[in-house]
Amino acid sequence: MINRAHTLSIISILFSVLMIVFSCQPNVSIETAQYAVNGQKLYVTHCQNCHGAKGEGLGNLYPPLTDTNFLNQNRDKLACIVKNGLSGSIEVSGKIYDTEMPGIPELTPVDIAYILTYVTTSFGNSTTTYTQEEVKKSLGECL
Amino acid sequence: MRNNLLCAFGLAIAFLASGCSDSKTNKRLPHIGNHSTTEKVVDGKTVIDTNYYQVPEFRFLNQDSVYISSADFADKIYITNFFFTHCPSICPTMQRNLLQVYEKYKDDNRVAFLSHSIDFKYDSPSVLKSYADKLGVTNQQWQFVTGEKKDIYGIADHYYVYTKEDESAPGGYDHQGYLVLIDGQRHIRGAYDGTNDEQVKQLFEDLAILLEENK
Ligand code: HEC
Repeated sequence: MINRAHTLSIISILFSVLMIVFSCQPNVSIETAQYAVNGQKLYVTHCQNCHGAKGEGLGNLYPPLTDTNFLNQNRDKLACIVKNGLSGSIEVSGKIYDTEMPGIPELTPVDIAYILTYVTTSFGNSTTTYTQEEVKKSLGECL
Repeated sequence: MRNNLLCAFGLAIAFLASGCSDSKTNKRLPHIGNHSTTEKVVDGKTVIDTNYYQVPEFRFLNQDSVYISSADFADKIYITNFFFTHCPSICPTMQRNLLQVYEKYKDDNRVAFLSHSIDFKYDSPSVLKSYADKLGVTNQQWQFVTGEKKDIYGIADHYYVYTKEDESAPGGYDHQGYLVLIDGQRHIRGAYDGTNDEQVKQLFEDLAILLEENK
């Protein structure tokens, strides 16, 4: 009996801790948070060298990933950028960049979904998952 | 009693202060590489001279298509590394960190920077120039050089940095991200992994120590 009360109280404490944790990110679902955690690991391996730990970029060589307008307006092109790379002149955060980004063809749609969820929610202002369906649809329409 | 305490306190402070200044002036960086010694007789006494390992003289083409040589670095402390402009792996991080050192010592003529491109096929002077501009290098203090394969890879060996043309490596070249610290006599005084924040912090500290030594 005592044991049971004990277990119950532990569960209720855990529950309230979880409630507090999630209420801090009111708009982000558990799925989105999970995608972002997985995406961060992949980001460190594949993107951080150039784009920086905080997505800050480097000089006029590598653009930052913190331009929310760019990310929102080009949301449907992001998967293609990651998979196939990007070249030519682009404007990000009010600066012109013109360096070639190599593609990373070995990334799978789910990897790309993780990475883009991390980028768009941590550096951008998105609150939703960049889903695998979204990735597959975008990849079908790459230029 | 009170005087005694004050006195002890004062002594302790003096002790601590001397301890601090001692450790600061006494700290010297090692000389890396093999030494040899030569004995000679001066005023009837035998003295031993240490000949530290010295990086050989060099001459390379820089980002302005001008030949620069080791003479341009004489009596300067410089930090050198090996990279290539299309490097997708460690170079951007290494250059981001070296850029911090450059920004701290910008316009301090005692310090210089020398980046060698190991992509002798693609990184022509104009490619290096554009890279330097985009990185944010605005003066001659940081040189970006290219040269014949055997010369660049040869000098890398002399700085103890591994470089190799390797199709299986990201971007086609395999190399280490060391930032090598060289004194005004071309002696190697330190090597730091340019992708490791702790080691880059150490480079900042060691560079300050080396500048003290040269005073
Ligand atoms: C070798 C360096 C490098 C790597 C690695 C790299 N990028 Fe880029 N990235 C660039 C460059 C350079 C550009 C600008 C291309 C241009 O000027 O056309 C760019 C542009 C972008 C853009 C569009 C512009 C912006 O800043 O929003 C996005 C989004 C992006 N990269 C995401 C990523 C992601 C995600 C990864 C990892 C999967 C990645 N990049 C890996 C160099 C890199």
